[in-house]
Parts: sequence; C-alpha cells; structure tokens
Amino acid sequence: MSQSREAFGPDLVEVFGPSQRDGGPDLVQLLTPEGERTHHPEFDLDFSADQLRGFYRDMVLTRRIDTEATALQRHGELGIWAQLLGQEAAQIGAGRALRPQDYVFPTYREHGVAWCRGVDPLDLLGLFRGVDHGAWDPRENNFGLYTIVIGAQALHATGYAMGIQRDGAVGTGDPDRDAAVVAHFGDGASSQGDVNEAFIFAASYNAPVVFFCQNNQWAISEPIERQSRIPLYQRALGFGFPGVRVDGNDVLATYAVTQAALQRAREGSGPTLVEAYTYRMGAHTTTDDPTRYRLSDDVEHWKLKDPIARLEVYLRRNGLVDDDFVADLKVEGDDLGHRLREGCKALADPKALDLFAHVYAEETEELRHQREGYAAYLDTFEGAR
Amino acid sequence: MSRITLAKGLNAGLRKAMEDDPKVLVMGEDVGKLGGVFRITDGLQKDFGEDRVIDSPLAESGIVGTAVGLALRGYRPVVEIQFDGFVYPAYDQIVCQVAKMHYRSKGRSPMPMVIRIPFGGGIGAVEHHSESPEAQFAHTPGLKVVACSNPVDGYWMIQQAIASDDPVVFLEPKRQYHADKAELDETATPEPLFTSRVVRRGTDATVVAYGPTVKTAMAAAEAAATDGTSLEVIDLRTLSPLDMGPVLESVRRTGRLVVCHEAHVNLGMGAEVAARVTEECFYSLEAPVLRVGGFDTPYPASRIEEDFLPDLDRLLDAVDRSLAF
Repeated sequence: MSQSREAFGPDLVEVFGPSQRDGGPDLVQLLTPEGERTHHPEFDLDFSADQLRGFYRDMVLTRRIDTEATALQRHGELGIWAQLLGQEAAQIGAGRALRPQDYVFPTYREHGVAWCRGVDPLDLLGLFRGVDHGAWDPRENNFGLYTIVIGAQALHATGYAMGIQRDGAVGTGDPDRDAAVVAHFGDGASSQGDVNEAFIFAASYNAPVVFFCQNNQWAISEPIERQSRIPLYQRALGFGFPGVRVDGNDVLATYAVTQAALQRAREGSGPTLVEAYTYRMGAHTTTDDPTRYRLSDDVEHWKLKDPIARLEVYLRRNGLVDDDFVADLKVEGDDLGHRLREGCKALADPKALDLFAHVYAEETEELRHQREGYAAYLDTFEGAR
Repeated sequence: MSRITLAKGLNAGLRKAMEDDPKVLVMGEDVGKLGGVFRITDGLQKDFGEDRVIDSPLAESGIVGTAVGLALRGYRPVVEIQFDGFVYPAYDQIVCQVAKMHYRSKGRSPMPMVIRIPFGGGIGAVEHHSESPEAQFAHTPGLKVVACSNPVDGYWMIQQAIASDDPVVFLEPKRQYHADKAELDETATPEPLFTSRVVRRGTDATVVAYGPTVKTAMAAAEAAATDGTSLEVIDLRTLSPLDMGPVLESVRRTGRLVVCHEAHVNLGMGAEVAARVTEECFYSLEAPVLRVGGFDTPYPASRIEEDFLPDLDRLLDAVDRSLAF
C-alpha cells in the first residue's frame, strides 16, 4: 500500500459484512427479535399497556390491509400494489409518534403511516386500481398524497417545514402548536438528487423536518450496496445534522427514536435523519419477482425478526394480551378485509369527461373547448358518457 | 406616473405584491443582499426580511421543490431561476410536481407559484445563459406560461401571475431589463393576464411575437412602413393558454402571418400558432404561415449569436416571401 493511500487512514469499516447484517453496533433496539425488552441509554421510554396493545393492533391490521390489497391485485381488482410486508413496525412506530399538527409526506408504500393518520384504507386503493391519483384530502389528516417519483417529496417536506417556521409554529414551547414534518423515503431514494438537496436545504434553514428512511435493503432488484458505501444514517453527519439507525422491525424503538427526532424538530433544533433498518419481505410491487435476484436464505433470516411476532411474544409473556384479545383482533381484521374487498369492487370508474377536471384552478378557454369538443364527439356514440 | 425600465417595473410589481399579501415569498439564488444578478429583487430583502426574500442554496430542483412545500403550507412563492439554461435541474419538479399537484389532488392542493425565468439571448453571454425554453413548459398541461415584453407589462403581469392560483412560468426578456423606459401609471387598470394584444395596427400582413422579439417586430413594422407595407404586430403575452382571438381576427383581415421568436423553430410556439391559424381561418390565408426563429442548433458562441437570433432583416425577408406568395 502506498504512503498516500495510508494517509487517508484505514480502510472503510466493514459496512455490509456479517458485523452489519443485524444493523451493526449503533442500532437502537428496545425489543429483541425474541421479544426481550432491552434498554437504551438515549432512546428509552415507558410504554403503557394500552399503547403496546395499540401498536400490536395497528401492525396486525396494517398487515391485513396489505394482504387484502395484494389479493385484490391477484384477482384483477387492482392494477398493481406496493407491499409493505415486514415494514409494519417502522411505519406504525413513525406514524404513532406524530401529533395532529405534524405533517407527513409519504412515498407510495406508507400504508401503515396512512392508517395512523386516520386515512380510510379504502382510499389507498384508488390509485392502485386506476380510478384516481389519490383519493384523500391531504389537509384533512395532514397526510400528503402518495408520491410516485422517487424522493421528490423530500423537498416538499422541507419546504413545508420552512412554512411552519414562517408561521411561528416552531420552538414556542406550546405542545399543541409546535409542529414538525416527516419526509418518508427508501434506501433507493437516498441516491436521488432531490433527497440530497432536501438534506442541504433543511440543514441550511434548520427546518423542522425528520427524514425517515426505511432501508428495506432493496430498490426493486438493486441491493443497498449499490446505493451506498456507508450506512445511510452516517450520511447525515456530512450534511450537518444527526443521523440515527433504529431497528425498523422494533416498533418500540422506532416510536422512541422518531418521537425524539420530531420533538427536536418542533423545538427548533433542526432536522434528523432516522434510518429504520428493516427488510422488504415481499416483492417491490405485485409486478416484481424477487426470486430472480435474491436468495430465500436472506428472507428466512429476516422472518425470524418479524415485527409483529416479537411484540406478540412480549405481550403474551407479560400477560398484556390473551387469546380473547387476539381472537377479537382477528374478527376486526376479517371485517376490515371484507370492507376492503367489497369497497374496492364498488369503486366506480371515473367518467370519461372527468379527465378534464382540475387541470387548473381556473380552467382555460382552450381546455374548455377540448372538453366540449370531446363531449360532442362522445355524444355521437350511444351511452358513451 | 414615472418612467421606468423593465427591471424597475418587475421590481416595483414584486414589491407591490409583497405589500398586498404577506404570504408572497421571493426565493432563489442571490435574490437577497445582492438583489439578484439582474437586480430584479433589489432592496426587497432589506424591506421584507430574510424570511420573505430567501437566498437559497445553489440547487434549482431544491428551490422549486421546497417552493412546492411552501405552497402546500399556504404560501405564494415566487422563485427566480437565475438563467434560462439553469432551469433544467428543476424540470422534474416543475413538470411532475408543480404542474400536476392540482390535478392529482382533485383541486385540493393548488400550486400558486410563479417561476420567473430571465430568457433569450443577445447579451454576449457564455453557454446556457441565452436560451428560450418556453415551448417545453407550454407543452405541459397544468402550467401557465406568459412572457412580458415591456416595463409596463412587467409591472402588471408579475402581480397578476402572483395572484393566479395556478402555477405560472413567467418569462422575462433579459436583454430588455435595462434597455428602454416607458411611462407607468400605477392607477391604470391592466388588461387580464392571459390575453394577447395588438401593439401596432396594420393591413398587409400580421406579425406575431412575444418577449424580446416584440421590439424586433415593431422595428420591422417601422421599416416596412417606409417601403409602403403595413404590418400589424401582435404581442402574444400569454403562451399557455394561447389567446388566439386577436391573432385570428388579424389574420382574417391581412391573410398573411409570420411568427417570430428566439426559440428554435422546430416544434416551437410558432408551430402551434401556425397549426391553430390553419385550423381556424384556412380560407382567409393568402400564403402559408411562416416562422422566423432561432435555428435548430444549440445556442451558438456569443460572437455569432446575431446570426442565430431572428433580426429585423430576417423578419422582413419572411414578410416579403409571404407577400410574394
């Protein structure tokens, strides 16, 4: 090795080898895959029994939504579905840490966060069925529409956070007023310019935003090694704000870390990058075939870290849930599934002329002409509109 | 009443809009202390503060992307793209997000944003500083695109664009910023934003222009008049939507049309105007619609930019060809 090479210090730490396979030494964890409660010097909380049962219910029902939607796609009722299987804890932990006045910018996979925000799960299906581009009103639940372009929403989140600053809703000490924003994205998006520019803008303006990256290890077929040569949370340092890696399959740790990051933002201390270390157990979407690019061994390894199973072990062992609770939840899930199936099939196609609606706040004369022309054309066919 | 340049008109218009609505923000590279590289935002940060006149990091996608978030929070951002050729890093945010947000959200998330772009050439600049990207935005549903050509329009149109609930790409002929002065009457009532205007009456042929070529067209009309040819000149002002009324009315009288812009002629605004004129007043035409514009080459080195740009002589040559048809 030449002297100049040595001058740059030792080789990079092993990032993707066995030492990192379980998240590495910096992983924040409060509940082991075996369901053992552990503690962390910085991020620890006391959780009430109701809170723990709530997390469990949220995760079970979120998985049910995902399972039903996947089945609906197989039955031809949805054109496509982006599965979240395995990422329930990351999303419920992040979602439940929010206050009503906080705002969320999701990707197209944040079904669990949507659930926490009170978005009707049926509304999630519209864009995957092809009846709209997003059915819910973002203002109602402070939950933005799903963004398909990878990473674009990280900038929207940062701008929204700059708006919160200008509204004087940061650092007042009023828990009902101070607000923060969460930008969701994945490991693949961490390579996008928009995400990196969002980091720069957020740092520059000290914006109250939490960058919540679910590192599920895969961007369709490309493994995390193709996106980064260092653990993603360490990138934050280079932008000038803290980064934390949390066990994304541990709902307690994800909640604790996100809550701390949100509080930091609301107080006016600026952005944080939270890397939720998890695994995409399913395909990228229902059109994908992961058997072409990854080993089932890997999936089996992560099955042992299932976010729901580990919490159930903990709850049962501590007498916090019993068979009745689980049975009742099963019924609730069945009812939800039934509602989704029937509701999805009943989602009406938009009318032909709806394609002209809402292009502008103030419709242009020329678009009105196009719409009227097409209407007249359709009227030459019986029942075309 | 005062005599002002285009730069001053835009500056005064921005100032007025910021006074009228506390939600109006200005953001971009060097727009604060420096007042913008063309001084269009001169003095605004001093009077409205750093929270409302925001110097941004050097990242165009970041500027427009964060402006989307600010608009979602209820602000009315006016972003400055420093030069036309630097808009492309923001192209994805403009085309995929700004333009589509209202449609995607069924009208629940309006995007009242103005994207100011100094455009056009003739200033002896290096590469990427003299371009005319308007057709790329006019081609995008969800955006509105306007181009001002003179100080008085600059004053009114920027305020009207800011007041619009739709996103507006606002093109400013940078060559004109500090060129001619005009009399501004702040008490006048401006014409609506999305309207074209006949700026010179004529009878023999119609010339349609916008932005920097309006001045070229007016000079050509003046020169033609000395030869006994009467040209009607129309300043399009709005490129999307197009206000074809004045154009069609004019062509029905003159029977001849030449469209002039600095942008490449291939698939440029002239192509759209020509198609619509052909569709709407085919039987009034005495000659094919002709286009005079930048050649279909990249913008050249500045020492030969006058060969690229349509000038008075090339415009009159086209008029002659139209009249001789």
